Amino acid sequence: MNFFERLSKLDRRWVYLILAGVVVITVLMKFSTPIRINPEVRAIYDFVESRKAGSYLHLAVDYDPGSQAEMHPMTYAIMEQALAKDIKIIMTALSPNGPGMAEQAMLNIMDSVRLHTGKEVVYGRDICFLGYKPYPGIVILSMGQNYRISFPSDYYNTPTDSLPMMQGIVNYSNVDGIVLITGTSGVDYWIAYANGRYNAPLAVGLTGVMAADYYPYLKSGQIFGLMGGMLGAAEYETLAGRPARAMEAMRVQVWAHMVIIIFILVGNIGFLASRRRGGAR
Amino acid sequence: MKKEIPLLIVFVSGLFMAVQFFVPHASSEFIYEFVMEWSIIIGIFALALGIWSLVRVSVNKIRRRSENWPYAIVILAGLAAMMVFALAWGGLESYMFRSFFNYVMIPLHATMFSLLAFFIASAAFRAFRARTALATVLLISALVLMLRFNPYLGPLGGPEAGLAQWVLNVPNLAAKRAIIIGIGLGMVATSLKVILGIERTYMGSD
Repeated sequence: MNFFERLSKLDRRWVYLILAGVVVITVLMKFSTPIRINPEVRAIYDFVESRKAGSYLHLAVDYDPGSQAEMHPMTYAIMEQALAKDIKIIMTALSPNGPGMAEQAMLNIMDSVRLHTGKEVVYGRDICFLGYKPYPGIVILSMGQNYRISFPSDYYNTPTDSLPMMQGIVNYSNVDGIVLITGTSGVDYWIAYANGRYNAPLAVGLTGVMAADYYPYLKSGQIFGLMGGMLGAAEYETLAGRPARAMEAMRVQVWAHMVIIIFILVGNIGFLASRRRGGAR
Repeated sequence: MKKEIPLLIVFVSGLFMAVQFFVPHASSEFIYEFVMEWSIIIGIFALALGIWSLVRVSVNKIRRRSENWPYAIVILAGLAAMMVFALAWGGLESYMFRSFFNYVMIPLHATMFSLLAFFIASAAFRAFRARTALATVLLISALVLMLRFNPYLGPLGGPEAGLAQWVLNVPNLAAKRAIIIGIGLGMVATSLKVILGIERTYMGSD
């Protein structure tokens, strides 16, 4: 077996080992990564930034722990920005493990806002979490009619009508916009029903692998903004001037991607060279 | 009657939901909201059925000592523990419920997902080869996009970024729109077949 054949048939354990090494090294080393802001991320930031105090934002936390590394930084960045501007946040979770993610984000952000700004975020006045109901399509449609159809009470079993911030809030027409953070195909329901049927302004934060699939909706105006994966979250943090979780993780992701690109190139060089030698013979 | 009544229910429900969309009258809205409440209730019963099915399958697996049966014990134990914590031991806000989610569920999911990075790297290395003209186009597109998302390799805002944006906004958009329109037409056709009783597999018949 010649050098090129060896190169193209490198044992997968070497790939794992090199990738693991790069991940560990970049976790341990502290350096920043340059970030270029894409217009689809800036659109979400500008939308939240242009809201007045007392506006309402519906934040749909539809992801499971498996995608929290990419999704949590988006949720945190948007919540921090919105609460700093006194925008009221209505949270829902339509994926089975979403409630745990949403509650964790909500409690952490309430604590961090109190610690860093001294501002008290009060549950029911500034933020509320309506909880989870199965069958996202039906729940999204029902919230377009009235939040109380699906959520007569919130996650903690408090009647929705008794939450001060929900007084006078009937459906999507009473919120300024919806930001959906999701790692599932439930995003299609939000686009078709929340935006398509009820004309609610909708922006999405998706995992990196999903992002390319939703550019058509961005171009058609069905969604006004799109954050893709860790990079999208890092762009948002950069815009907000609060580099945090995503910026930390970008360092690792960027170098892991570089390793994958190098492996693809090496594999192809080996493949093409061995094919040429085979042809020459 | 065993077939006619379900077919009638489906026909009337399907027709109502289609027509209701175009009727903004209060009574139409009222029935629509009523139907949605029912759908959610039926959905919750389906969840209960799912739990029952999971318990039955797991118990049978343990009883028959099928392959990997000890995992079925873990499933049942996890299910029972979370139900007890949520229903009888302080509810969703209880320390135990939150701890099980935060310190068991999240790390397990995160670990499974993290392993994907290694499989993707290995698969990209072994399978992403320029074997044919189409595979080469795919390879080049993937590299252009990966370069665009990499701040060190893709010059910020440079011509590569423009090329990547073109790949996303032109070929990707055209292909996705074609697929979306195709799926949409397929869904309309299938819905019509169900409403008109041509498609009856949901009743368990051919």
